[in-house]
Amino acid sequence: MGHPLKSRWPRFALRRAGRLLVSLWVVVTASFLMIHLVPGDPVRAALGPTAPADLVLAHKEELGLLDPLWQQYAAFLGRLFQGELGASISTRLPVGETIAQRLPATAELAVAAFLLSVAVAVPIGVGMAVITRRGRGRRAELAFTGTNVVVAAIPDFLLGVGLVYLLAVQTNVFPVAGRAGLDSYVLPVLALAIGPAAVLSRIVRVEMLAVMEADYIRTARAKRLTPARVHLVHALPNAVTATLTIGGLLLSSLVAGTVLVENVFAWPGLGSSIVSSIVAKDYPLVQGTVLVYGVGVLLINTLVDVVLALLDPRSAIGES
Amino acid sequence: MRPVGVAGFGLLAVVVSVAAFGPVLWGDQATVVDTGNLLAGPSAEHWIGTDNLGRDLFARVLVAARLSILLALAATAISLVLGIILGAAPILVGRRLGRLITSAVNVLVAFPGLLLVLFFAVIFGVGARGAALAVGLAGAPAFARLCHTLVAAVSERDYIAAARIAGVSRLRVLRRHVLPNIAEPLIVNATMAAGGVLLTFAGLSFLGLGVQAPSYDWGKLMQDGLNGIYVHPLAALGPGIAVVLAGLAFNLTGEAFAAAPNRTFSLGGPRDPAGVTAPVPGAILSVDDLRVTIPGPAGPIHAVRGITFTVEPGEAVGVVGESGSGKSVTALAVAGLLEPPVRVEANHLVVAGEDLTAAGAHRRLGTSLAVVFQDPMTSFNPAHRVGPQLAEVSRFHQGMSRKAAFARAVDRLRAVRIGEPERRARQYPFEFSGGMRQRAMIGMGLMGNPRLIIADEPTTALDVTVQRQILELLAEVRRDTGAALLLISHDVSVVTDVCDRVLVMYAGRVVEELPAKDLRTLARHPYTRALVAAVPDLETDLDRPLAVIPGLPVDPTLSPAGCAFAPRCPLADDHCRAVAPELLAGVACHRSGS
Repeated sequence: MGHPLKSRWPRFALRRAGRLLVSLWVVVTASFLMIHLVPGDPVRAALGPTAPADLVLAHKEELGLLDPLWQQYAAFLGRLFQGELGASISTRLPVGETIAQRLPATAELAVAAFLLSVAVAVPIGVGMAVITRRGRGRRAELAFTGTNVVVAAIPDFLLGVGLVYLLAVQTNVFPVAGRAGLDSYVLPVLALAIGPAAVLSRIVRVEMLAVMEADYIRTARAKRLTPARVHLVHALPNAVTATLTIGGLLLSSLVAGTVLVENVFAWPGLGSSIVSSIVAKDYPLVQGTVLVYGVGVLLINTLVDVVLALLDPRSAIGES
Repeated sequence: MRPVGVAGFGLLAVVVSVAAFGPVLWGDQATVVDTGNLLAGPSAEHWIGTDNLGRDLFARVLVAARLSILLALAATAISLVLGIILGAAPILVGRRLGRLITSAVNVLVAFPGLLLVLFFAVIFGVGARGAALAVGLAGAPAFARLCHTLVAAVSERDYIAAARIAGVSRLRVLRRHVLPNIAEPLIVNATMAAGGVLLTFAGLSFLGLGVQAPSYDWGKLMQDGLNGIYVHPLAALGPGIAVVLAGLAFNLTGEAFAAAPNRTFSLGGPRDPAGVTAPVPGAILSVDDLRVTIPGPAGPIHAVRGITFTVEPGEAVGVVGESGSGKSVTALAVAGLLEPPVRVEANHLVVAGEDLTAAGAHRRLGTSLAVVFQDPMTSFNPAHRVGPQLAEVSRFHQGMSRKAAFARAVDRLRAVRIGEPERRARQYPFEFSGGMRQRAMIGMGLMGNPRLIIADEPTTALDVTVQRQILELLAEVRRDTGAALLLISHDVSVVTDVCDRVLVMYAGRVVEELPAKDLRTLARHPYTRALVAAVPDLETDLDRPLAVIPGLPVDPTLSPAGCAFAPRCPLADDHCRAVAPELLAGVACHRSGS
């Protein structure tokens, strides 16, 4: 054991930073290799069969595809450190600029949906756990798990379509698509948040049920505290760890889920641009976008681990 | 089979038959171009309308089932096979390379599936085959992780080690010994994953990255329908509903297999009519005919079958017995800590002036009753620091400020001989040793002014030297506070050392009650004598086997007619087996005289 307190945080920081670096390297390398893994000639595919041979060659030279692989890799890394992501094949605009323009819209959507799903899921999960613990409230449990399974099975883009139909086409309450006022956020955020909220509330309930059987909850009851205090002060913090772990996964999958929802709502974010650039075979833009998504997911995962370590000091000591 | 499972299977059967026969039955209808009915809304002829060539959308949704499901299954199969290969890597390619693959999988699992799908979709290009490969590869890390966990659990087992030592090849070990043992959870997960893959595929086609015209799956139909959502929404919602139903079919079927029979049992029948008696005056704890029933799969378990006892102020009473004798349940019942569906009944159950048979919070017990639990490692809340957990009692029950309560907590930690109490109070429970936690738990009981301490096997989880210290601390606390003690233990020597009086429990009943000092010499019940004889002392002949009590404790779901100990008792006769003995003059035995 030695000095668990003194050596805990530096070691945790070192280990976590190491993992982040390795993962970052994987993302960077994967996005570099992506263009080389495409079967056939990627530039020819991008420009179409009718493009003149010298134009294809010029593009290849510009993308550095004629150099040896290691040289291309070194150049790619060098440019990356300067924040340089190359230029789009189709629009000729710098990729970095396009991403910078579109990233905020995507991030807003993901963060808003995450906050909403947590805000909804935690109270529902805790409430259902209290109502249904130890085989009580069978009907409530059946209703909860039933709706939960169904709601969680509806993919976010389909929810989006349904919401558009109900609240935009039928009743004109909210705009159908686009990003304008605050009301234009409502439907995309709802479409993104409902599924994760269902999953998360189920996790919260299961965790709470497990925690409420723990010995220390019996200790809390032996202190004759009010049920509210036992549930919220003694049980909930112990259920948060697992909730947060899942929540972190949800947040990173929300970031990816924006791709579909953005396409339903014509949202001017990264998600709609990645799809159009994949279809158009605009590889530099795809590469940059994949890189941004990957790095975003890694940063979220790291952030979740740090928050977890602060909330539950044991997780900083244990295995990663 | 639960209703959820039945619904899942039924749905899956429908989905699979539509996929199998759909193209045969409705294939022609789905391709008939009706130029007079372009983009029509729902009608009797076209249930959910027609597309831009006037083709019937309902028929197209039914026909699309085959492609959608085949693609989902193909992608799932790719994930599963790749996942097994990657997950079994430590067996297949040796430890070092296997570890490298495992850490690579761990990095990949952190990325959301859709992101991996998009990445691979770039490489494999747009189209059904590319999308199937992309979805399949993207799903592999998750399966690899699952498979790795399962393989790791299986390969610990002896028969795997034996096969390896016998020189069985790696591939054969995997095929013959590992895979059959992890097949079930893998198949369950694959079934549920197929539901998810179906949705992902629909998403890809919806984005235009999956199935391309003129082929169509549900996602493609949705994509085509979305543009016309103003005019006729069913064109987009119809295939969407099909996707959800098919996804649910896979999910529910998988879940029906996966879900362990998670049944809770309730106690049938009405409560026994209980008489109400008055508590013994002056007693700190007075119990009359306490019965505790726990619902179980094989019928109710009668953990405590009517016990009556009192504890006088300042007195130390021990309860001994084997595991399953009901002694810990008795402790929890008199502490008022058993909750429904466990049923606690008594003619009266009065602790420190609080009637526990009456409903209510019994807040006064928060200060007048101290409870020390068996396992100090799990009895503290890991999420809070130790000091505040103690202080909570005073803040909540004695109206102290946060600061004053914390000061008292530090003082109480000092009183239970914890060194550097100021520093320790700011630590988390995991930074305490087991003995220290048990001290802190006793300290928690001392935050109020306990008149009774209920200690449920307080030293069982601790090592022998620490046990002695905790018992001494309990004795010291009793000297200082004058609190009574109810000590639950399976250890006869502990109880004889600490207690004034002993209750011996067997099968939920008190079989003998006697002064602790008489336990070794004057016990009359055969069970008590056997229990005492089973404890070795300095005079025990080490060359002979240690004494044990032959037989097993009674099945707690049964209610034997006669004496519960009769099947294991050397003295039992037919009368013993027919008539249950009452506790008379301290012993419940027909043969106590012999």
